[in-house]
Amino acid sequence: MSTEIDKAIGELYGHPPQASDLVKLKVPDIAENGAVVPISVSTDIENVESISIYVEGNPNPLAATFELSPYIVAAVSTRIKMGKTSNVVAAVYSGGTVYTATQEVKVTIGGCGG
Amino acid sequence: MAIKGKAKLRGEKVQVKLLIKHVMETGLRVDAETGNKIPAYHITEVVGSWEGKEVFRSNLGPAVSKNPYLSFQLKGPSVGDTISFSSVDNKGIKDSGAAVVK
Repeated sequence: MSTEIDKAIGELYGHPPQASDLVKLKVPDIAENGAVVPISVSTDIENVESISIYVEGNPNPLAATFELSPYIVAAVSTRIKMGKTSNVVAAVYSGGTVYTATQEVKVTIGGCGG
Repeated sequence: MAIKGKAKLRGEKVQVKLLIKHVMETGLRVDAETGNKIPAYHITEVVGSWEGKEVFRSNLGPAVSKNPYLSFQLKGPSVGDTISFSSVDNKGIKDSGAAVVK
């Protein structure tokens, strides 16, 4: 994982991230269309306060954050844009610790250009 | 513009799906005719409420796809409950919608 993303996650949550198997990140290995990349993040970690999604290769890596309440199950999905092939990082914040999962997505056609 | 929402009870959890109509301009694209950059225009915040309580809040960046799709699961609501949604974009334009749990 790049140190830039680590830093961005650290700035958002005030804690350095640590990679964890408990964070399940579901993205396609190859995205034919970078304009629409489906992504799902779920975790078995209890009392999740926040989930955020980063795309390393995008000009603005932070794609979305989700603030959860006790009524929410820690499982969210959305669709994001990716400019080029890069790592996608999901960060889960719970009880003062930031857990992350990373996966590379190969993009055939970028979704940020004109 | 309106937020389309669906909420379905599955076992103990309610699966909520949202579709918001929005162009989600990144601010990086260049207008082919004028050569000027198209200014960023995207949804910044989406909030879901149930029985007057805020249960879900999401901050979106320009990297979320056009016509954003969001899905999440709730514990608590039962069939017949209404879940309402609201969103606001970076020009301050608000949008809202609701879904009844089925």
